[in-house]
Amino acid sequence: MAGGGRNFVESIGSSAMGTVRYLGGLALLVGQTCYWAARNIASRKALSHLHAMSIQMVRVGVRSVPVVVLVQVFIGVILALQMYPPLKDFEQQATIANIVGVAGFRMLGPIITAVVLTGFAGASIAAEMGTMVVAEEIEAMQAMALDPIRYLVVPRVVATVVMMVMLSVIADLMIALGGYITSSLVLGPEVYMVYWAKMQDQLKYRDFYTGLIQAGVFGLLISLIACREGLKVSGGAEGVGRATTMTVVYSIFAIIISACLFTMIFYAFKL
Amino acid sequence: MPDSAVKTDAEPVVKVRNLVKRFEDRVVLDGVNLDVYPGEMLVVMGGSGCGKSTLLRNMIGSILPDEGSIDVFGRDLTELTDDELDAVRKRFGVLFQSGALFNSMTVGENVALPLREHTRLDANTIEIMVKIKLELVGLRQAENLMPAQISGGMKKRAGLARAISLDPEILFYDEPSAGLDPVTSAEIDQLMMDLARKLGVASVVVTHEMDSAFRIADRMAMLDKGVMLKIGTRAQFDAIRSGQPTGDEQTDLIRQFLRGDSEGPITKRRLSTSFEVDILKAAEGR
Repeated sequence: MAGGGRNFVESIGSSAMGTVRYLGGLALLVGQTCYWAARNIASRKALSHLHAMSIQMVRVGVRSVPVVVLVQVFIGVILALQMYPPLKDFEQQATIANIVGVAGFRMLGPIITAVVLTGFAGASIAAEMGTMVVAEEIEAMQAMALDPIRYLVVPRVVATVVMMVMLSVIADLMIALGGYITSSLVLGPEVYMVYWAKMQDQLKYRDFYTGLIQAGVFGLLISLIACREGLKVSGGAEGVGRATTMTVVYSIFAIIISACLFTMIFYAFKL
Repeated sequence: MPDSAVKTDAEPVVKVRNLVKRFEDRVVLDGVNLDVYPGEMLVVMGGSGCGKSTLLRNMIGSILPDEGSIDVFGRDLTELTDDELDAVRKRFGVLFQSGALFNSMTVGENVALPLREHTRLDANTIEIMVKIKLELVGLRQAENLMPAQISGGMKKRAGLARAISLDPEILFYDEPSAGLDPVTSAEIDQLMMDLARKLGVASVVVTHEMDSAFRIADRMAMLDKGVMLKIGTRAQFDAIRSGQPTGDEQTDLIRQFLRGDSEGPITKRRLSTSFEVDILKAAEGR
């Protein structure tokens, strides 16, 4: 029993150490990424770095637009349908627009987009980098004096952050649209007649930008975790598979935790 | 002792001193010393897991040693900043085992990459340079192919073209003939010798293919269990290979490796962890 108890304490300790070490690794990667991003902008090859970034933006962002649109319209539909019965009890069904607006802009837009991007960008970045490690390509880059952080991580991280913010704008609009479609097709005129007016009344600019700040951070987390998992792959194809799985698991975990933290901070500072 | 072709009186381009490398508790390299002279072809031999790839990775700055020093062009890799290390790296080329071409780029773009990133040449000049380098390795027709579309031997040639794109002073080869058929392997050997002669570069080749090693080497070095057993000219190693067993454990070990015999000190050592003891231990455990 005593041994069991000690093992339990030890395992808590070691997983806490592991978490701290992981966060430390991510922080280090953030530092290196910022350092090289700054040097990329200042270098005489800035244009070619920009080109590499735009390729990643297309890959990460543009290709995921249809999925984001589809998913977010459905989120809007679900939200409106689920809110209707309880609000109807208080004759407040017109405020569906307020709820869809706040929930969508502040949280659901960014967070669901982040989950979609975890699959679209995170997993594919981790698999790509992992494959490069296995094929000695990363080592070859270093041997050619091409820093992998500079040439691989920076364009992917910047592209993911930028596209995450841009996709969230689309996501916000699609949730609102999904709510409106449901209102006009199912819920009746007392909801859809005042839908856009109510939403405009409710939403302040800060609802919009707090959502986008979170979106940027989600993008940072997804891309950093993907790059880290990809770069530390060892042991062939099996390692690549493990890296993609862990990227998705850690990313979703990180997204939810940071969303919670953000909500608490915004609540505390009345943002 | 020095071969006529090798200027052992010249200052070495690579100087490895007392190199120790551990992975966790396992000692992979245990006090290795090695010199590489300008223009020579040095072959580092050894069985699987003897540490020869680790030695190569240390020399190209991929990993840092736990003890000792590695001077490349007179600069100690262990004491350089990242930018200084990159400056050294631009002066040597590396051919990796699989070629390590970037799969998202064509062969031509792969060769152009170091030129694009590290020189101020305009696009036109780079294109001409790429054609010249590809012609040197006999791959001009493959310029616009993707790495996935070419064979293993062609990938190595392309990797070689990329390695020489910045006109290096040293070329490192990691198992250049691994996974190739005998003819292609001989072609790569010929190519390596041609390049060494045409460009005057020093070459460090890590291999366990003895046919290839004796074909290309000026000097040879034998690594075993992280220890440098012998460094000498090809003639010296050839004498050991064709001679009789001497009774000296170390020489016989080298001889067995060079000849590829199935019996000798290496095999004996492998069997020396006693089977009986193992079985008895297992029985006691029950």
